[in-house]
Amino acid sequence: MSEPIRLRTPLTDEDVERLKIGDRVLLNGVIYTGRDAAHKRLFDLLREGKALPFDLKGQIIYYVGPAPAKPGQVFGSAGPTTSYRMDAYSPSLIEKGLKGMIGKGMRSQDVKEAMKRHKAVYFAATGGAGALLAKRVKKARIIAYEDLGPEAIRELEVEDLPVIVVNDVRGNDLYIEGEKKYHKD
Amino acid sequence: MREIDVKLITAKVRDLCMEANTDLGEDVLQAFDRALREEESPLAREILKELKENARIAKEEKVAICQDTGFAVVFVELGQDVHLVGGDLKEAIFEGVRQGYRDGYLRKSICHPFTRANTGDNTPPIIHTEIVPGEKIKIVVAPKGGGSENMSRVMMLTPSDGVEGIKRSVIERVRESGSNPCPPTIVGVGIGGTFEQAALLAKKSLLRPLGSKNADPELGKLEAEILTGINKLGIGPQGLGGRTTSLAVHILMMPCHIASFPLAVNIQCHAHRHKETEI
Repeated sequence: MSEPIRLRTPLTDEDVERLKIGDRVLLNGVIYTGRDAAHKRLFDLLREGKALPFDLKGQIIYYVGPAPAKPGQVFGSAGPTTSYRMDAYSPSLIEKGLKGMIGKGMRSQDVKEAMKRHKAVYFAATGGAGALLAKRVKKARIIAYEDLGPEAIRELEVEDLPVIVVNDVRGNDLYIEGEKKYHKD
Repeated sequence: MREIDVKLITAKVRDLCMEANTDLGEDVLQAFDRALREEESPLAREILKELKENARIAKEEKVAICQDTGFAVVFVELGQDVHLVGGDLKEAIFEGVRQGYRDGYLRKSICHPFTRANTGDNTPPIIHTEIVPGEKIKIVVAPKGGGSENMSRVMMLTPSDGVEGIKRSVIERVRESGSNPCPPTIVGVGIGGTFEQAALLAKKSLLRPLGSKNADPELGKLEAEILTGINKLGIGPQGLGGRTTSLAVHILMMPCHIASFPLAVNIQCHAHRHKETEI
């Protein structure tokens, strides 16, 4: 197993072009959280031609609704949620410069096409590893939609957040390739 | 006749909610170790190591193993010689769940089906009560995550489908679920009974310790065959490819109607949380 690749946000086209499926990546810098309800709001703003609460260029959105932080904890347990529910909104965000998404589970063909066309990648974080992932969050603050509770958009500063490349810019999909490789008749 | 104050039940349920969500059972950790020895995919082994590390952090720091701290499913075996005093059983359990999810900083994940408005305190729990002989109360709290529950099904097979139909249907359900239920999973199977009883059998089968034998050797053999079939699929931990798609298959069976052949598959993610106590 090769060593993980360290990346710092914001990501450039060159950063994502060199990633291939199965690569382990340690993310550093600022990322944003957003899941179902926040995605709908971002999508509606784009449709109305209005400004978003943060600039998407080069950024990564993590699909997560954290557990409440305990006193003394920066961030509550925070594993990924299932990504397909964001599929309807993701292509528009990718078009506006989003470079990465972190979640779990397979994406739609439309999202994969958008990733190829605009050079973006999809990462899987380990579902259920909420306690481990939360420890890699060094700072967290809500920047939009506080009313959504666990679904509010948060700006996170992460240190070596472990993720795996599932969809690369060449249209490969680790969910398909991985299963094929280990399938036995 | 033994008198038990329901306040004691509230306190126990509170503690069990917190323990179950932060302390993964030794049987699950041992199943991770077994999987690590047998897994061929290097990436899958990394994921299994992450799961072990995650469980260690959650236990040491008393934080949630997974942010989805689940629907609180509570099994109560109430001895028929117990007389409950100081309030009613249902409200005592509700209050235990409320306190446990508040004091344990656990996520509240229960909402109105249409408006999606959160109930705010993770109530209502799902309570299954059984009256048993004796003067004790056994309480099991098993928080159930949404992702794996969504992949579960009840199927009314035809008697002619036979045992082969059971094998085929369970393996197909796991295949279709892919990465969604957070593999490696534990597959609970309920066979027989009625529509709702099959589902309950499937859920109850999950409570058996991982690595233990089925009391019925015929079902034990069927569990092993289905598990082998599942782990040939190649889905692997998190669906990224590998040998360890499921850690175990557990089956509970009871007689069914001459016209029926009910099958329920309840999929459980690797955050296989349940704790119990006896009063």
